[in-house]
Amino acid sequence: MDAIRTSGLTKYYGRTRGVEHIDLAVGQGDFFGFIGPNGAGKSTFIRTLLGLIRPSSGQGEIFGLDVTKDREKVLKRVGYLPSETAFWPGMRVKDILKLSADLRRKDCGAVAGQLCERLRLDAGRKADELSLGGRKKAAIVCALQHEPDLLILDEPTSGLDPLIQREFFALLRERSDRGATIFLSSHILSEVQQNCAHAAIIRDGSVIASGSMQDLARTGARRVSVLGRVELDALSGVRDLQTTSAGLDFLYSGDMRELLTALAGGDVRDVTISEPALEDVFLHYYGKGDGKP
Amino acid sequence: MTIVRHDLRQGRTAFALWTAAIAFLLAICLLMFPQMKGQMEAVSKVFSLMGSFTAAFGMDRLNIGTLIGFYAVECGNVLGLGGAFFASLTGVSALAKEERDHTAELLLTHPLSRARIVSEKLAAVLIQVTAMDVIILGAALVSVKLIGETIPWKEMLLIHTANYLLQVELSCVCFGISAFLHRGGAGLGIGLAAAMYFLNLIANIADRTGTFKALKYITPFAYCEGADIVADGKLDPTLLIPGALLAAVSVAAAYWRYTTKDIR
Repeated sequence: MDAIRTSGLTKYYGRTRGVEHIDLAVGQGDFFGFIGPNGAGKSTFIRTLLGLIRPSSGQGEIFGLDVTKDREKVLKRVGYLPSETAFWPGMRVKDILKLSADLRRKDCGAVAGQLCERLRLDAGRKADELSLGGRKKAAIVCALQHEPDLLILDEPTSGLDPLIQREFFALLRERSDRGATIFLSSHILSEVQQNCAHAAIIRDGSVIASGSMQDLARTGARRVSVLGRVELDALSGVRDLQTTSAGLDFLYSGDMRELLTALAGGDVRDVTISEPALEDVFLHYYGKGDGKP
Repeated sequence: MTIVRHDLRQGRTAFALWTAAIAFLLAICLLMFPQMKGQMEAVSKVFSLMGSFTAAFGMDRLNIGTLIGFYAVECGNVLGLGGAFFASLTGVSALAKEERDHTAELLLTHPLSRARIVSEKLAAVLIQVTAMDVIILGAALVSVKLIGETIPWKEMLLIHTANYLLQVELSCVCFGISAFLHRGGAGLGIGLAAAMYFLNLIANIADRTGTFKALKYITPFAYCEGADIVADGKLDPTLLIPGALLAAVSVAAAYWRYTTKDIR
């Protein structure tokens, strides 16, 4: 049984597209990245999974339970970190954490205490007085304190300083090692690349690629770095071209023989052709006009 | 009951301020009564010559020179308007404030059915309205004792019961509206309460002119009319029943809407 499975999941806000025909499977225990820029539909997809909004068509399941019909059972096993954290005015962090635990009918005091300590969060402070990062930490503790089987994280690191980000991902890896499924929605490619085993790329409301990080890297595109000069005008499939006084750097997805011919005809002192980084993969998919890899 | 407790805690400042303000104004009105008592005969005569205005406030049927007449007109307005505003504001913000303050995302991703959230939030609204009415009734009774008058138990309890039912009705109607809103509806709540109050004034005038009499069945202020309550010694069920139905429909609409709506 998958942790998350959607088939044809579609959400329209009136006539405005939210997400369209999303078929996605996330295995139990997976650390899964969900990549796309702002407005691509990441949050809409997540909010549909959480039952905050109802799908226009298609269906979603979490641990085999329908996200609309079995919403409460689903939410018992889910911890959610929203992209923008808002708390009730005047409440102290410890009261918010207690409220969240009470709503789940669980005593999470010990775990919450450990999480606050590791994230250096003063639970005695009022949430209104916290910085963006402080509020984010409080939301992280809220999402993790009941030790859920599935963590859904929407842009989790915005506002967190690098040290806390490192601690946060260490926490996630610990949870993942203990069998929890992590669904990480982000537009920060490096954090997905460093932490996730699988990922999906969403564009204009549709998933355009999905698989292991290695599979996604097999786009046919290559990162090419040239020391020297070479004429690229005749080549098709050149993107993200950066020229320096020493040479060129670009992403190439055209015919390899044409590239080699062009390189042979240029003044090339050195060349490196490598697997693309996730950022390049992302550019590769987003550079396609038809939305298909 | 977690949400009930949470909502009561969140609303405690507004509750304390509104309750204190209404109780204070009622007490001040009552404490002024002994000084004004002697002048009331002349005031009553002036009021009796004011035509439709006199009817609008029910002063053509009450002697404000008596404690209960004074209480029904002067204190009744403070209690009626103040209570209506508080009940409307509390009801209209109950569900909508979670979306307005972006806390709905946090609340609704806990394993709670939406119906339970609606039930607990409605309970919190009704508890606040009830608690406010009990405190205000207590303050009014103490004030009557302080000025050395005999408490007109029956009339006072009827007036307070009517106003309590008005607040329950308005809070339920506004609660129903709240389920349809994505932002706070404070203006809507206050506006609705004020509109109902003025509809009653128009209906009182219409009693004389014969037009717009049906307005009495729309506005809950009609069954809070002190002059009628004191004269009849009871509340008018023909006015109460439409109000109860409207409240029930509003609450049903709140359940229907909130359990199916997309949360922003």
